[in-house]
Amino acid sequence: MRLMPSPLACRDAVELVSDYLDGTLSRRDRRRLEKHLAACDGCQAYLEQVRATVAASGRVGPEDLSDDVVEGLVNLFRQYRSDN
Amino acid sequence: MVDDAELLGQMLGGDEAAFSELVHRYHATLVKIAGYYVKSYASAEDVAQDTWIAVIRGAEKFEGRSSFKTWLLRICTNRARTLGVKEHRTVPTNPMESGPTVAASRFDQGGTWSDPPVLFTDTVDARLDNSFLVNAVRNAIASLGEPQLAVVTLRDVEGLSTEEVATLLGLSEANVRVILHRGRAKVRGIVESAMKGTKI
Repeated sequence: MRLMPSPLACRDAVELVSDYLDGTLSRRDRRRLEKHLAACDGCQAYLEQVRATVAASGRVGPEDLSDDVVEGLVNLFRQYRSDN
Repeated sequence: MVDDAELLGQMLGGDEAAFSELVHRYHATLVKIAGYYVKSYASAEDVAQDTWIAVIRGAEKFEGRSSFKTWLLRICTNRARTLGVKEHRTVPTNPMESGPTVAASRFDQGGTWSDPPVLFTDTVDARLDNSFLVNAVRNAIASLGEPQLAVVTLRDVEGLSTEEVATLLGLSEANVRVILHRGRAKVRGIVESAMKGTKI
């Protein structure tokens, strides 16, 4: 007889969400989480928040750099080109 | 958007604007990744600058076996690691933190939500302005400490695989996953707080 996996509490479900999104949960934990999500609006919202966070992270463009940093490096580039 | 390899080619032809564009794309990331290994922000800036000097001198040797980004990040982490050793900096290879990632006060005694989250798309600011969430996430990531800053930046901002992140930072993949989990949870929490009070 196979033992039924124990049900998850919300408190424990949230700790599985990152690995779930990356597809690295064990089959057992994935099933437990999916079963919990199917019946829990709060954890579904939590999952969507983390999913939105990860998606938005991928849309964070390059930061503004100070002109000094860029100019300094371009000067180094120019100098190297003229010396070689 | 012109891809990195094309910019590198233009840079080899002496195009300053192409070099400048690569600097704009990656300098801030280099500083963050170097910060994982060295003691101060100033040291991390130095490593980032040294990385660009190595790129200027060695760009012709780049063979394209990896992406430009991977090559660049590898130069940076190698240099940062060397400087970190000189500075006797202890690199945080473990996830460091333990315990729950969501405040215990959000749950009742049985572990069920007592203060459940709401979808970000149900908040006023996110509806009014698509860039609101991205800006909130950018600020939240910037407030992370190491090792979460380096891991979240490489994995979620730069889009590297867990395996690539582990190799660059000298971590096990299991540790990368734990650090990533904690970093993402922290970013989510900060963004949620930033949106509090804007619920429709």
